[in-house]
Amino acid sequence: MERPEKNQADRPRIGVYVCHCGLNIAKTVDCAKVAEQAAGLEDVVVAKDIGYACSEPGQQSIKDDIMEHGLDRVVVASCSPRLHEPTFRKMVQSVGMNPYLLDMANLREHCSWVHMNEPEAATEKASDLTKMAVARVRGLEPLEPERLPLTKRTLVIGAGVAGIQAALDLADNGVDVVLVERRPSIGGMMAQLDKTFPTMDCSI
Amino acid sequence: MTDAGRHPRIKLYTLSEVVDVKGCVGNFDVKILKKARYVDEKECTACGDCAQACPVVRADEFNHGLSSRKAIYSPFPQAVPSAYVININECLGNNPAVCTKCVDACDKKCINFHMSDEEIHENVGAIVVATGLEPYDPTEMDEYGYTRFENVLTSLEFERLVNAGGPSKGELVRPTDRKHPRSIGFIQCVGSRSARKGASYCSNVCCMNTVKSTLVLKEHDPDVNVKVFYIDIRAFGKGFEDLYTRSRRLGVHYVRGLPGTVEELPDGSLRVAVENAATGSIEFYDLDMLVLAVGVKPAASTRKIQEMLGLQLTPDGFFLEAHPKLQPVDAATRGVFYAGCAEGPKDIKESVTQASAAAARAIRLMHDGEILTEPITSRVIVELCRSCGKCAEVCPYNAITVDVKKKAPAVVTTAACAGCGTCAAECPFDAITMNHFTDEQIVDQVDALLAVEPKEKILAFACNWCSYAGADYAGVSRLQYPPNVRLIRTMCSGRVDEDFIWRGFAQGAPVVLVSGCHIGDCHYIDANHWTAKRVEKVRKKMEKLGIRPERLQLEWVSAAEGVRFAKIMRGLEQLRQSVTPEEIAETVNVLKDGKK
Repeated sequence: MERPEKNQADRPRIGVYVCHCGLNIAKTVDCAKVAEQAAGLEDVVVAKDIGYACSEPGQQSIKDDIMEHGLDRVVVASCSPRLHEPTFRKMVQSVGMNPYLLDMANLREHCSWVHMNEPEAATEKASDLTKMAVARVRGLEPLEPERLPLTKRTLVIGAGVAGIQAALDLADNGVDVVLVERRPSIGGMMAQLDKTFPTMDCSI
Repeated sequence: MTDAGRHPRIKLYTLSEVVDVKGCVGNFDVKILKKARYVDEKECTACGDCAQACPVVRADEFNHGLSSRKAIYSPFPQAVPSAYVININECLGNNPAVCTKCVDACDKKCINFHMSDEEIHENVGAIVVATGLEPYDPTEMDEYGYTRFENVLTSLEFERLVNAGGPSKGELVRPTDRKHPRSIGFIQCVGSRSARKGASYCSNVCCMNTVKSTLVLKEHDPDVNVKVFYIDIRAFGKGFEDLYTRSRRLGVHYVRGLPGTVEELPDGSLRVAVENAATGSIEFYDLDMLVLAVGVKPAASTRKIQEMLGLQLTPDGFFLEAHPKLQPVDAATRGVFYAGCAEGPKDIKESVTQASAAAARAIRLMHDGEILTEPITSRVIVELCRSCGKCAEVCPYNAITVDVKKKAPAVVTTAACAGCGTCAAECPFDAITMNHFTDEQIVDQVDALLAVEPKEKILAFACNWCSYAGADYAGVSRLQYPPNVRLIRTMCSGRVDEDFIWRGFAQGAPVVLVSGCHIGDCHYIDANHWTAKRVEKVRKKMEKLGIRPERLQLEWVSAAEGVRFAKIMRGLEQLRQSVTPEEIAETVNVLKDGKK
């Protein structure tokens, strides 16, 4: 896995942002320390701790840095990428960066929230997770999504009150619907009810 | 209901089940099994002459067995489609015909015993899962006497009895003597909020359903004596508290406490013994009739749909949403949405709200008529490919073609590639790589993790959909576990290359974990089978090299198994502590020359 050394000129320029998430992360993890350690990593041009990375001012300050320091890769060390990866991808994209040159370190769900009584060990782990994200982001490549045609129809499985409502809303919006019901009639549980709360009117 | 039946854009299949789904967001290929109705749906006018002639009498499911129907029947008066249906298992006229009374009675000749089940294929871009619920069956709660005493009913049976379209035409009579009951008791939380029987969660609708029923009763007969036995009354929704106070004002007696026993008296009445938490005393009530407010359970089809679409379930057995607050109607599988009780117990208003939301999410997805695909797909490095065909063999989507005979390099159909990375992990020549999860990118993470004090650290690979999400769930639930583990996310556990594991051990990792979705729940059909095989193979090699195979662990963790994830982490830490520095040094030494 040895790779040739790159010239200084083509070295990546990485920005690292360690999010406090209010106290969610900062109560357990020493975010300033994590940022400081990240600042010492190879190719890291800027490393900061930041109150709420996902907030409007938080995103703006990262975008300003990208422009000012000519960053071409960003690590956001905050919550689970399953939550905010789309947010931060859009953020970097809005200033012309390829969204796939972003990586996240999960300091909240995988660190501060699960090691609440061990702030030192949690800070160390947070540093490691950030370091791993920096290592990964360094090697990421820009990617372009492909546009494919889609079938503008929807399958609705189950024709109780929810299935019927979804099917009607879709159909009224011009989407063809395939409505599949196991029983001989649609209506589901709702059809069996007499009056319904809170209005005490009939169900069908 | 009728709107849905005649909408020109809605194609309705009743007596039908989805039996297979292939493809992905934007282009799903759906296989539907439509069972034969044996009555022409379009021609039948629901005149009912056939049912009059039918000699077979069976319990009517719609009225929960409180009335009867024939083997040819209409499910209920407002049924859509309004055509009769034959239950062929009950019918006597099945081939060879011995009865055919209905055929003779039908003027329009709609009945046809030669109809057969049909297999239908449909292409769709999105899927809404609205599979509903199953009411809790209280037969196991025998302390309330549901199986022994005829005047103990479920809330759904009660519902049919007070319904104008029900077996008693809306007149409330008790089953044993058909007299109007003078006193009725409701028992709440039957099958809900119980650690012992039924489910531990709150079913959400039973409190208000009972409040509603008490009002219906008081409307029928202002003097009827109504008691409700409860733990708490949860009247949290808009307008709910009003109904509850109205019920109390009308004289409904709310008794805080669930009955311990129910006995039947000689006249069919029921004696209920309850510890009233408000007074602290044991009280006895004699009631003409008892209604069990049964809870809501996931529909029986849930498991099948979950496997078909690669979805996740919560520990309660309902479908798990992509995010409980921010994406409450999206499944983690792109292009799949939830509506109604499939996702969790809810009332009609909430079901309708969620259904509209699901429709809006589906429209948002399909609006442009095209879809942006995730560029996380595999890529062949043509110069290195030796056309062995391994990648094509392991691909769960048949997205790779290799002409082994002609020795032509592999070709990936990116539109069909879902991005699990199993091909990249299995290729013996590193000739196929996974965008965004390349060997280099992952190895860099492994190296960064083990650069300092590797003996203190546990290297763990987690798949995006289940085990990584399970770790997130542990976080959200604030479950505490030892801080030594560091996760590397891959899309699928199938991506975890043998090389990554060896690299970890060579860099001094005491313990390596590979984790993914449970077998059968893999987000990439069955890619995790290859994970299991691979881990087994590596462990055998470890044994040969004198490395303790336990140091490589394989665990399946679902997105909802936060507790299990935390437990596994504690186990791993114990295992890590059992690995001595000498043992690690020896492993590093053994693997130094790239021997394996």
